Parts: sequence; structure tokens; C-alpha cells
Amino acid sequence: MNRLSTLVKSSSSDLLVLLGVVAILSILPVALNPFLLSVATGVLIFALAAIGWNVLSGFAGQFSFGHAAFFGLGAYTVAILLTKYSVSPWLGLVVGGLVGAAFGLVVGWVSFRFGLKGAYFALATFAVAEMLRITFNNLDYLGAGIGITIPLVYGDDWVRMQFSNTREIHYWLILGLLAVAVVATIAIKRSRIGSYMFAVREDEDAAAALGINPLKTKLVAMSISGFITAVAGGYFTLFFLFIDPDVVFGAVVSVAILLRPIVGGMGTIWGPVIGAAVLSLLGELTRSLVRDPPAFLSFIEGANGLDQVLFGLILVVMIIRAPDGILGWFRRRRKQAQT
Amino acid sequence: MTTILNVDDVSKSFGGLKAVREVGFDLHEGEILGFIGPNGAGKTTLFNIVAGAIPADSGFVTFDGQRTEAMRPHEIARLGLVRTFQVVKPFSGLTVHENVLVGAFLNRRDPTEANARSREMMRITGLTPYADRAAQGLTLAIRKRLELARALATDPKVLLLDEVLAGLTPTEGAEMIEVVRSIRDGGVSMLIIEHVMAAIMALSDRIAVIHHGEMLAIGKPAEIVKDPRVVEAYLGEEFQIAPD
Amino acid sequence: MGRKLTSDTTVNETTQGRSRAWVWTVLAIVAFVLGIFLVQSGWWDSNHSVFAQAVVSGLLIGGVYGLVAMGLSLVFGVLDIINFAHGALMTIGIYASYLLFQEYGVDPYISLLITVPLLFVVGMGIQHFAINPVMTAPVHNQLLLTLGIAIMIENILLVVFTGTPRSIELPYARESFDLGFVTLDFPLKVFGAVVSMPKLIAFVMAIVLALVLYVLIQRTWLGSAIRASAQQPEGAELVGIDINRIYMITFGIGAAAAGAAGTLVMPFLFVSPTAGATFNIIAFVVVVLGGMGSVPGALVGGLIIGLTQEMSQIFVSGSSKFLSVFVVFILVLLFRPQGIFGKAHR
Repeated sequence: MNRLSTLVKSSSSDLLVLLGVVAILSILPVALNPFLLSVATGVLIFALAAIGWNVLSGFAGQFSFGHAAFFGLGAYTVAILLTKYSVSPWLGLVVGGLVGAAFGLVVGWVSFRFGLKGAYFALATFAVAEMLRITFNNLDYLGAGIGITIPLVYGDDWVRMQFSNTREIHYWLILGLLAVAVVATIAIKRSRIGSYMFAVREDEDAAAALGINPLKTKLVAMSISGFITAVAGGYFTLFFLFIDPDVVFGAVVSVAILLRPIVGGMGTIWGPVIGAAVLSLLGELTRSLVRDPPAFLSFIEGANGLDQVLFGLILVVMIIRAPDGILGWFRRRRKQAQT
Repeated sequence: MTTILNVDDVSKSFGGLKAVREVGFDLHEGEILGFIGPNGAGKTTLFNIVAGAIPADSGFVTFDGQRTEAMRPHEIARLGLVRTFQVVKPFSGLTVHENVLVGAFLNRRDPTEANARSREMMRITGLTPYADRAAQGLTLAIRKRLELARALATDPKVLLLDEVLAGLTPTEGAEMIEVVRSIRDGGVSMLIIEHVMAAIMALSDRIAVIHHGEMLAIGKPAEIVKDPRVVEAYLGEEFQIAPD
Repeated sequence: MGRKLTSDTTVNETTQGRSRAWVWTVLAIVAFVLGIFLVQSGWWDSNHSVFAQAVVSGLLIGGVYGLVAMGLSLVFGVLDIINFAHGALMTIGIYASYLLFQEYGVDPYISLLITVPLLFVVGMGIQHFAINPVMTAPVHNQLLLTLGIAIMIENILLVVFTGTPRSIELPYARESFDLGFVTLDFPLKVFGAVVSMPKLIAFVMAIVLALVLYVLIQRTWLGSAIRASAQQPEGAELVGIDINRIYMITFGIGAAAAGAAGTLVMPFLFVSPTAGATFNIIAFVVVVLGGMGSVPGALVGGLIIGLTQEMSQIFVSGSSKFLSVFVVFILVLLFRPQGIFGKAHR
């Protein structure tokens, strides 16, 4: 209890922001139409996955290009436990998270033991995710390429986590999970392990000279990261009720997860959430622009892929102009204004 | 006098080059032992071995009753033997306070206590005004002090200081010497490598002279400057009483 | 090896050496036992044509992998940039020669004369306007930047050409050629394996282009300037090399290699906006395997990966050929991150 109260005291500003954000977001379902509410739920799921990525790559500095591995493992764990063993997703999410954490430990132990760093670690994680995608595509027990569909049930079923007004409840549940994850990262940032992650990110030799075990620190980061992202993946299954290997293990998923914190601000508490919000807003805007363009742009109507061109362009410009993300950009602007 | 650190017959070669040859010495509790010798004499290699950064080819290191020559750097640091780097390695992306906090966490888990420890260390080393500045972009003098404060925050029994004065102006150097003295007065034993002769003569209780990887002489500063082998090998050529 | 990565992968040399010898020994034993088993069990008699086909197909596609990887490797070795847009550049080459063939009837192999310079210019432009500003940025930002470029290129192609896969038929792919001493009857039969003409031409041209690139880098003034810029950027600048221009030209050459590879694979590939992306991933594997920055390494690595993917199909039926490629990739990353041609470093 004592540590909880110091956490509250020392990070009161972050927690206040969280309270405000959750308060605003929780009344959103009233304002949004069902389609946009689904979109918003997807945003929250990927924000959660991004928070997981941020712990490993933003906090501990080990850039992962394969977080789809965790996302997919979480998704499949929930799906298999539910469809084959009728295990409630409530338990499935926890088990999925643990599977993600365990997988993170194994992959992390092997790669860090062999001294993989920087781009090599990134490529290795990428390869691991791709291997899982290919493997799952070939395992009949796991539905192979066809994937797994969660059977629908009628009415409210809290054990199977399906509800008649499914959108609102799922939205609130994932919002709750997201809030928990944010609190967890705030706690990590304030605590010894967070401080150690930052130190390892900045300079492993200097960290070791201060008594930090770099391998252990990176493994802790990897397992926490794997846990959070796998839970997000598990929720993906619950919300979309269908998964296949390409959907949850694909390279696109890895990129979608890592883009959010980078756009928002890597290694910050709010970066993943801001990045998730901004990216989805941009995505929706460009998509609706192509779907229903203003008169002077009518020639782009229905041009499949144009939204992605715009997205790529924004990404390129952002990396050149605001390499440390939206939060970093604001911070720099403020510093410039001060001097 | 109790011996806190014993180095016994340590050797290290890189390829054909013998960087350290059969070096041995004791560090007593509360003592400052200074290492001098020309560039490339093997001082930093010796430090790296003691700190566990590179393994010795042969020989033993005993710290506080435990054999450490096979330990990893972080294990040795945890026992209370903490080093600074000749080329300072601040955590550039963190603030000064966050840097020191990393060290403070070694022996305390509670963030509040660690914070207090960090503030105290910054006060001792004169870093308080810089607490919330990013470590990146600080002057060399401040970064050297940061390196010291960070190591000190771990509550070390022994500090290894590798050229904490190098590159500092005389005024900055004098301030740093004061800081080092006050740390020693706080009961921390130290091994220091230094090129500024006046400083190391004034600071050290004893001085060890390393030349071509060998321990040429060890003794009180007054004895060392009179030792004919030392004068011939080292002091005779480049002895400077004033810092350069 | 690139500068940044060299310092990033400090592997203990002695344990590295030991584990390497260990791995090679185990691999040799496994191969030997497997060989005896296969011959003894009669598998060889009934499958040797399948085997021959795998070897031939693997080598043929491996040459192309080598060519794609060469450009990637060169860019990595000199600019220290991991280029995720390399496959997209290749796709530009694919569509350019496709368009030239369909609209103007230009022979795909003649269109090399257009696609190679085109991609060279495109590459220089990309380097100048997008890569140059991030030359000193962290690795992950460079990586994302090239990823952004890849997304743009792929989707521009999608907008212009739609996602419908297209393919062409070479008019002379099934003819016979009298070379004087021997008549080649396409599709060729070699030890029971079928060799299609476009694949054979792609292979031969890939080897030729690899030699040209090698000579360019090893024997010309430009090449020595490029090598100097890779090894000692500051030193290169001191002796009057305009390093930014070298970076631009090198990226241009890398893109041109991708473009050439695109043109060469176009006749036997389904043309689609993401056609090059698969090659990009394989090229990464090849580059790491061959040693980052090494042109001969890229070629040998390409052949090895080509063989690996085809051979694994025989032994593990039904599995995707890429699985084995990734397994090799992980093993190389772990045991020999400097690649087969890279020098071991501290």
C-alpha cells in the first residue's frame, strides 16, 4: 500500500491525465455511430499492443520488428482455448499474456545471449514473427490458412465474453485494459526496473558498471512487453471473432504496432496512445477522402491505395521533420520557446 | 589496516602485446591508491580487469573477501566495487537526476528513497543546478562530475576513477579534487588513474607506477618521486609538477 | 560490414569461434547421415529427378536473389542504411518493363537499357530528398523512412495499375536455338529437370551483372571512391571525395540493380504491386548470410538461399519454402552475424 501511495504521489500528473482521458473516452460510445465505435475499439486494441512494444523498444531500447509474434500468439491462445476447450476468454486473455511473456523470454534469451542488437535484433524478431506466420499457416490443428472463427452465441454471455450490445461493452472493457496498462507503464517508469531499462537503452556498459544486469533487464522488458501485446492480440480475437495467420502474424501487424509509439513518441507514457489516435484519425480521414472526395479532387474517387500513398508520405515527412514523434516535437518546440 | 581489494599476479595479453604483466597490489580500507604511468602502460587495462570488463589471462582479484576475477561487471558492481569510465558514458537521453537515480537504485528499491539519495549525491558533487537538464549537451566538467555522482550513488566500498581530471581546466580540476577528497572522507576507498601529477601526488596515500604493463614501484608519494627506477622510466622524461 | 553495425555486434571472439566450429561439425554429420540414409532407403532412386529439379530451380532463382541482394548490400555497406524500399524499387523495374513490352512491344531484355538508367535516377532522387536528411538518425528511423517510401511506391503502382496480377508470355520462350555446337530446345531438360528460358536468361544475366558490378567497384575510380566512403567517410572527404555525391550514386546503383532484377524476373512472374516485396525479405536474409556490404557474398548467399528454399520443399513437403529460409536466417544471425564472407570482428 505504501508503494502504491508513493506511486500516486510521484506521478500524480500522469495519473490525472489518465483519469481525464479515460473519462472522456468512456462517454464516447454515446456520440459515435456503431461503425465508428468499432473503429475506436480497434484503435484501443492496437494502442494496447503498442504500449507493450513501447516497453521493450521505447523503454529498454531493443527495437522489435516482429511484435506480431506476440499479438498472434495471444490471439491464437484465446481462440484455441475458447473453441477447442471452452475456456472462458477471461482466463484465455491471462493465459495468452503468459504465453506471450514466455515466448518473449525464450526469444529474448536466445537473441540477447548471442549478442543481437540494433538492426540485427530487429531483423531477428521480424524473422521470428514470419516463421510463426508460416508455421501457423501449415498447422491443421490451428486451422492452418483458413484460420479460426469464434462461434456466435445469442444474448449476453459474460463467460464467453459475447454481448448483445457487443460494441459498447467491448469498448469499455478494452478501455479498462488500456488504462491498466498505462498505469503499469507509469509504475514501471517510476520504479527501479524502469530506471534500469532506460540505462540499458542508453549504454549497456555504463549500466553494467552501476550493477545492472543488462541481460536480465532486457528479458524483463521482453516478457512484460510480450505479455501486454499478447493480451491485445487476445482481445483482437474476442472483438473481431475471426483470425487467421496473416491477419494476426503478418508483417503489417508488426509495423502497425511499432508505428504508433514512434509517431506518438517512443519511450514516453502517452506516445503509444497518442500515436494510435493520430494514425487512425489520419487513416480514416484519407480513406473517407478517397471514398468521397471534394469536387476539385473528384478524380481520386475510389482510387484504391491512394490513402496508403498519403499515409506513406506522412510517415516519410514525419521521420524527416519530427524524428522523435509528436510528443518529442512538442517538447522541442517548448524548449525552443523558452530559450 | 584492513585490505579491501587484493590484486594478485594478474596478466593480460592482446594478441602478442602483453598489456599487463604479473601485477599485484593491495588496497587498504579508506585509502586512495593512485596509478601513474605513460599512455599505453596498461593502467586502464588493469582497471578493466579489476572491474570485470575484460577477463584476465591469469591471476586473482579478491574484493571484500570474495574472488571476483571470473565475475561479470554488474556482479562486481553489486559487491560494491564501482568504476567510472575514462571516456565518460552518461545516459544521454536522461536528465542528470535520472542518471544519478540509476546508480541510487542499486541498493534501494523504493523510488522515494532513491530520489533522496540522488538529490544528496547531486548536492555533494555540485550538480543540483543541473538536475533536470538532459545529460546530452553538458560540458565535459559537468559530465565527469555526473559520472562520479552516478557511481557514488550506488554506495560503493571502492571506487575506480579513471582520469576524472583529464580535460578539465585548473579551476574545474581543483573543484573535482575537493569532491574526491570529501568522498574519501566519507569512507570510500579509491583507485585512481590520473595524468595530472600534482593532483595525484596531493590526493593519493600511496602511488603505484605502471610501465610497459609492469608494476615498477609502489609506495608513498614522497618515496616514489625519489625512486631511481621510476625517475628513469617515467618521471625523468615527463614529470610535470603543474597540470598540463 | 557497416560501421554502425560493426560496433553493435560485439561478440566474444573465442566463444564465437568455438560455437561456429561446433555448428559446422554438427551440420556436416547431419548431412552425411542424411545422405547415407537417403541412398540406402532407395529414396534417391525414386526421387533423383525431383532432386535435380530442386537444385536447378534453386540455383536459377538464387542468381536473381543474389542480384537483388547485391544492391541492398551495397547500399548497406556504404550508406549504412537498411533499405526496406529495395523490393519496391524492384517492382518499379517490373512494371516499367511490363509496360514497355505490352504497350510498345519492347523486348524485356532490351528494356534493361531503359529500366536500369530509370531506376538509377529514381534511386538518386530518393537518396537526395529522403535518405540524406536521415543519414545520422537512429537506425529505426531510417528503417521506417524506407518503409514509408516502400508503402508509397507500392500504392502508387496500385493506384495506377490496380492490384490485378498480370503476366506476359515471351514470344520466343519455346523455340529452339542453334548455337552451332549444340542446339538448345526450350524448355530445356537437364538431368531430368526442366529449365525455362526466362529463368535461365535471368540467371545468366544476374551473374553477368554481378560481375559488372564487382568490376565497377573493384577496378574503377568511382568504385574506389565508393569503397573509401564506406570504410573511412572522413578520410574520403579529406582526399576530396564529395561524399554526398557518392552516397547518391551508390544508392542509384543499388536501385539500378533492383530495377535490373525486376526486369529479369518480369517474364516469369505475376506482375503485381507487391511482387518485389517478397524479394526484399529474401534479400535481407541473403545480405546477412553473405556479409553486409559484400557483392560476391550476396551472389553466393543468393545461391545458397535459392537452394535452401527449393531443397526444403523436397524434405518437408507441404511446408512453405520460406520457413527454411528464415530458419537459416536465424541461425546465421546467431552464429555468424558477420556473414560467410564478412570478416570476424571483436
